[in-house]
Amino acid sequence: MARVLINAPAKARRGSVIEIKTLISHVMETGFRVTNMGQSVARDIITVFTATYNGEEIFRAQLFPAIAANPFITFHTVATESGVIELKWTGDNGYSATEQVRITVE
Amino acid sequence: MLRLAALTAAAFVAAALAGSGEIPLSERRSSYAHMSPETKAMQDGDTDNPGMLWVLDGEVLWRAKAGKAAVACAGCHSDADKGMKGVAARYPAYDPKRRTAVDLAGRINICRVERQQAPELARESKELLALATLIARQSRGLPIKSDDERLKPFIDAGRTIFNGRQGQLDLACAQCHDDNWGQKLAGITLPQGHPTGYPLYRLEWQTLGSLQRRLRNCMIGMRAEPHAYGSPEFIALETFLMWRARGMAMESPAVRP
Repeated sequence: MARVLINAPAKARRGSVIEIKTLISHVMETGFRVTNMGQSVARDIITVFTATYNGEEIFRAQLFPAIAANPFITFHTVATESGVIELKWTGDNGYSATEQVRITVE
Repeated sequence: MLRLAALTAAAFVAAALAGSGEIPLSERRSSYAHMSPETKAMQDGDTDNPGMLWVLDGEVLWRAKAGKAAVACAGCHSDADKGMKGVAARYPAYDPKRRTAVDLAGRINICRVERQQAPELARESKELLALATLIARQSRGLPIKSDDERLKPFIDAGRTIFNGRQGQLDLACAQCHDDNWGQKLAGITLPQGHPTGYPLYRLEWQTLGSLQRRLRNCMIGMRAEPHAYGSPEFIALETFLMWRARGMAMESPAVRP
């Protein structure tokens, strides 16, 4: 069960710069660690984060094993029109999580 | 004359070694004060604070029916934000039935076994931490309470552990956290060691953990054998630390480097 915390403005003035903050629960297991018994722990990380604004991609990030658990990603965009910002995290072992936030632009 | 000077110097050294003792109430501060502005911001924003992920998990568990009794925490206690306000600020609390002090994690497990007829949750498991964090969150900003007379023997036992030297380095908790707080240990500012924010998210751990996990870290650093989770020693120490921080505001879930 992926838990996500998102901080995005519900309303914004047209043309203004808005900040979107995302925090997702994920172990971000590096693949470099071993158990007490010496067996290596398989890599399990989020590899890609994308954000689309009414279907158009506005932000993309690649994630690597050096990124800490529970990645906190923030980015800025320009509020152009009312609609939906969709946030998507994909990763190892078929991991996928999607969240949507609605924004009203006046 | 020379002899007198030597004596005075010896007395001075002895006084320095004896340390400054307990921190006056007015000089106490949370280690929040030592943090960078970035880490403070992370703790203060509910959508920036990774500890809130455990609160979200805790809310789901709070409403989930568990055990043979098929009753959820919410079944007895209603919503956590109403029923659990201020509760974590007075734990460990005295349990008259067991005639002992019980910490918050222990209380959750007692509730599970007796009321829900469910198996205990393992100490430091994700579920137990999530429930403890949800409960502790409801006390955020409230002062820590430690005014139960029946806790005195546990506070005293905890004080003895706190002031006693232990481990291969022959250190006492008090030597760092009473006598030398604010000084540097390697690159880190020595905190006063008040348990205001537990369970808390530690960036070093990359996860959330209990006060007892933190105490085990400290003991390993002192090269002492850490007590077991839920042991009487830890509960006594926790009871003493909460008394020592009485009146200070709860911050759970805090963020620490």
